[in-house]
Amino acid sequence: MSSTTGGEPTVRQTDVAAGAANDEGSATMDKGYAPEVRERLERDAKEIIGRYPKPRSALLPLLHLVQSEDGYVSDDGHEFCAEILGLSKAEVVGVSTFYTMYKRKPAGQYHVGVCINTLCAVMGGDQIWDELSEHTGLEHNETSPDGKISLERLECNAACDFAPVMMVNWEFFDNQTPASAKQLVDDLKDGKEISPTRGPKKLCSFKEASRVLSGLPDGLAGDGPSANGPSLEGLKIAKANGWKAPES
Amino acid sequence: MTTLTPVLTANWDQPNSFTLEGYGDYSAAKKALGMDPDAVIQAVKDSGLRGRGGAGFPTGMKWGFIPQGDGKPHYLVVNADESEPGTCKDIPLMMANPHSLVEGIIITSYAIRANHAFIYVRGEVVHVVRRLQAAVAEAYAKGLLGKDLFGSGFDLELVVHSGAGAYICGEETALLDSLEGYRGQPRLKPPFPAVAGLYASPTVVNNVESVASVPSIISNGADWFAGMGTEKSKGFGIFSLSGHVTRPGQYEAPLGITLRELLEMSGGIREGHRLKFWTPGGSSTPIFTDEHMDVPLDFESVGAKGSMLGTRALQIFDETTCVVRAVLRWTEFYAHESCGKCTPCREGTFWLKQVLKRLEKGQGTEEDLTTITDIADNILGRSFCALGDGATSPIHSSVKYFRDEYLKHFELGACPFDHAPSTVWGDK
Repeated sequence: MSSTTGGEPTVRQTDVAAGAANDEGSATMDKGYAPEVRERLERDAKEIIGRYPKPRSALLPLLHLVQSEDGYVSDDGHEFCAEILGLSKAEVVGVSTFYTMYKRKPAGQYHVGVCINTLCAVMGGDQIWDELSEHTGLEHNETSPDGKISLERLECNAACDFAPVMMVNWEFFDNQTPASAKQLVDDLKDGKEISPTRGPKKLCSFKEASRVLSGLPDGLAGDGPSANGPSLEGLKIAKANGWKAPES
Repeated sequence: MTTLTPVLTANWDQPNSFTLEGYGDYSAAKKALGMDPDAVIQAVKDSGLRGRGGAGFPTGMKWGFIPQGDGKPHYLVVNADESEPGTCKDIPLMMANPHSLVEGIIITSYAIRANHAFIYVRGEVVHVVRRLQAAVAEAYAKGLLGKDLFGSGFDLELVVHSGAGAYICGEETALLDSLEGYRGQPRLKPPFPAVAGLYASPTVVNNVESVASVPSIISNGADWFAGMGTEKSKGFGIFSLSGHVTRPGQYEAPLGITLRELLEMSGGIREGHRLKFWTPGGSSTPIFTDEHMDVPLDFESVGAKGSMLGTRALQIFDETTCVVRAVLRWTEFYAHESCGKCTPCREGTFWLKQVLKRLEKGQGTEEDLTTITDIADNILGRSFCALGDGATSPIHSSVKYFRDEYLKHFELGACPFDHAPSTVWGDK
C-alpha cells in the first residue's frame, strides 16, 4: 500500500472558498469530528483504501462513508476525505458536487425518490410525484423539518418493468400508486416497520445504506427474494412451454 | 417461431440462486484456468459474443487488444452502472445471480492476464450492492478468489465499487476516471482503455451481461453459443419489456427475436390499446413504431432500420402517450446528465430542453422543429462521447415519425393529450 495513505493525517488549512460554497448553513463547519468518531472513521477508511491499487480510488467510497456519519457530505466529511487521501479540500469538493447521491445538506432519515424519467412518468410517476410532494409539502431535494423524510425526483433506476418505481434509501419500492406512495411516507413518519419490495426485511436508514455503499457490508444480503414479479415473467413462460436453451 | 432460452435467468426462481450453493461449483472457471489464456480468448472470439452493454463490440476481440508481456498490470473493470433509461437487465441479474458475474470475472481476468478486477456498480441499488459483496466474500472464503485459484498459480483480487449517481459513468472512460476518484468525465480516445485504461494501464471494460455470459461459453463451447442468434449477432440476451404491455419483464431469448414474438409471449399491448412507439434498446436508440414489429432484434437488422439494438430495453408506449412529452422528458434527462465537458452536448442539451418545453406546451412554431433538428445535428458526431449522440436519437426519430403530432401542439396551443389514461390506474 502506498505510504500516502498511512500514518498521521496531515493538518491542513480549511479551504475557505470551497467550504463556503459547499456548506452554507452547516452546523458542523470547522469543528471537526469528535476524537472517537474520527478514530472509527479512520479505521474504516484505511480498510477501504487498502483494497485499491491507488488510494485516490477510494474517494467515492469514502464520501459514502462520511455521508453515513452525517447524513450528508458535511464540511468535516470533505475535510476528512481530503486529509486521509492527501488531497486538497477543493479537489474533494470538486468530486463530491459532481455526483447526485452526495447530499450537500442533511437528507432525511428516509430519503424518498420517485422516478420521473419518461417511462415511469408516463405510467404514473408524474402523478405520484405531484401528489406526494403536495402531501408532504416537500419539493425536490427538500427535507422535512423533523429530519425524517426527504424527497427527490429520480432519473431511471433500472427497474422499468416494475413501473412506476420509487426508492427509499436506495431500496426498491416497485409498482407504486399515488395512494401507496402517500401511505408509505405516512408509515415511515409514524416509525412503522417497512419492507422494500426487493430488499431487506426491515428498511435501513439513509446513513446505514450509505455505509453499505462505502463497501462495508451489513450482513443483510440474504434477506428478500432472489427475484420476483416481472423479473421472472420470461422464465415462467419458458418453463410453462418447456422452452430451454439448446443442449451443449 | 423463436422460443426463449433461459441461461443467465434460469435459476432466478430459486430462493438461494444468489448463493454459491444455489449457483454451482464454478466448473467453467476451473476448466478455463486449465486452458491457455489465449485459448480462452479464442473461444470467446469463436462464440461471436458481442458486448451486451449497447455498442455490440466483439468481446473476444476487445480482450485480444490487451498487449501481452508488456510488464504492466492489467485490469478488468465490469461496467455495472446500468442507468440508460429503459435498461433494467443487469440489476436483476446481479441481484439474483451474482455468481455468474463473479465466475465470468475470474475467466475474463485470467484470459487478459489481470490480477485485479473491479465491479463498478451504480450506487442507487443498495440491495444489489449487498448481493455482490456477499457473492465476492463467499468466493474468497471458498478460495475462488484470492491466491492461486484452482492450483493454477493465478491470483485475482476483486473489489465491488459503488458509484454515486451519474449516468455518464456508464461511458467507459468516464467510468475509469470515476473509479480513479475523479469526476466522471469521458477521456479523449485514443488511447483506448486496452492501451491506457485504469491507472494508464491496459484495461478491459465489459458490461455485466457480457461477462456473465462467458462461463456458459466455456462450459458448453463456442459452437453452442454461436448456434443461437443470427449470423452476425450470435447467442442469447436478456430482452427487457416495460411500459404498456400486459406482462412486462425480463425475457431471455436468442438475438433476432422480434417485438411481435415478444409481445405474443408477454400478453401483448395492454388490453384495449395499440402500440404507438417503442425503443429497441433504451432512450439513446431512435424510436420505432408499429411498422417495426417484425424487425429481427439483432445488431444488423435494427441498424438497417435506422435505430440500434442497444441494451434490448424495449420501452413500449401505447396510443395514449404523447410522444412530445416523452421526448421532452428524455431530453431533460440528457441535459441533467450531461457532464459539461464538451460544448455541443452541454449547451445543445440545454437548448433542446428549452425549445421542447415550449413545444410541449403548444407555444412553439413549426420553425422550432427546424431548430431542434439543427441543434441535434450540431450535437451528433460533434460531442466528446456517446451521451450527446444519444440525446439526439429521440429528437430526430420523433420528428421523423410524428411530425404531425408536434404540429398539432401548435394548432391547439396546448398538448392534445390527457395524460391520465397513460397511467397504470388511469385506464381502469
